[in-house]
Amino acid sequence: MTTTPALELRSLSKRYRKRGNVVAALDDVSTTLQEGRIYGLLGRNGAGKSTLMSLATAQAFPTSGEALVFGHTAYEHRPTLATLCFVKESQKYPDDFEVRHALHCASLAFRHWDADFAARLVTELRLPTDRRIKKLSRGQLSAVGIVIGLASRAELTFFDEPYLGLDAVARQVFYDRLLEDFAEHPRTIVLSSHLIDEVADVLEHVLLLEDGRLVLDAPADEVRGGVTTLHGPTRAVLDAAGSHEVLARKDLGPVTQLTVKARYSGAELAAAEAQSIGVEPATLQQTIVFLTRAGERADA
Amino acid sequence: MFDESRPIFFQIAEQVEEQVLDGTLPEGSRAPSSNELAAFHRINPATAAKGLNLLVDAGILHKQRGIGMFVSTGAQDLLRHRRREDFAATYLTPVLAEAARLGITREQLAQMLLNAKEEA
Repeated sequence: MTTTPALELRSLSKRYRKRGNVVAALDDVSTTLQEGRIYGLLGRNGAGKSTLMSLATAQAFPTSGEALVFGHTAYEHRPTLATLCFVKESQKYPDDFEVRHALHCASLAFRHWDADFAARLVTELRLPTDRRIKKLSRGQLSAVGIVIGLASRAELTFFDEPYLGLDAVARQVFYDRLLEDFAEHPRTIVLSSHLIDEVADVLEHVLLLEDGRLVLDAPADEVRGGVTTLHGPTRAVLDAAGSHEVLARKDLGPVTQLTVKARYSGAELAAAEAQSIGVEPATLQQTIVFLTRAGERADA
Repeated sequence: MFDESRPIFFQIAEQVEEQVLDGTLPEGSRAPSSNELAAFHRINPATAAKGLNLLVDAGILHKQRGIGMFVSTGAQDLLRHRRREDFAATYLTPVLAEAARLGITREQLAQMLLNAKEEA
């Protein structure tokens, strides 16, 4: 039962020259995104998240490799482009555009556009439709992107840092409507974000970029809790850590706090707790931070 | 709402189990759907579905095509039986460990248990 993946990246690379040096914004990335899932595209600023999305949506050309959207490259291919929606972090609109003009254009561009859903989102996000987009606050600009990204119901939708400037209430509106609409109209959604804890539970699968390379490509459930912090008497903590890879260590007198790349459960957890060791699984965000730092150390 | 020590789908399954155990979800009633659970907890629907499937595999829920998932007959007994088996590991082991650390003997512990007031 193989269906065409929503997105397939084959050794995708984007290099450019910077002061005579060749810099890789994206370095030999290969992965497959299945239809009907919500992906998290994570990584630090400059890791290559936006580059990946630009290449996948045919807004830029790769130096080598290719990006296939539902089995087809999107460059100048109308049927493929019609399945795509890319909500950019800083989308530019014509100078005299009001919010309603942008929504009208979106309604013409996207074949699955739901005008009622868009109107509801506009109300919930308190978006002034007759205001010029140039005059909008950062949060309101993000809200325009959210309305377009959700109401377009494109088969493959990319949101690049969709919540910049949005307050907590508006962000919850976004997550709630995203999940609600996704349940009724399953599609493939890629969320790039650095507020990892906030989006963690919404994601089914996590892609982590670091310096243009894909360093993690795994189900969110597997990543979460895959790093554990042990805290207690030094000897007992070291015993409990066994041969697991140590990601961080802090000492305070006879007490040690050790972060290891391992999941503690069952007998291992019981044994550690019997030794009065505190066992604290890391959140998805902490896990990502520890794994990213581990990569930095390995490079150094 | 969720703790990080165990996968979310596991905790979803546990919460539904809890409701079956205490009768909030009686046998024969419809269990929440994965989409309902996803919206309620703000989690990915696939995660919720994975949790429900654990309960189907365990014989606590069963699917009725096109209608949804229902609590199976005998589910409450099944859960009670399983929880009893887990009771020692879940509750007694940590109590014994802490007692040992504080120098409380088994006899003192037994006395404490006998003297403990029944909760209302």
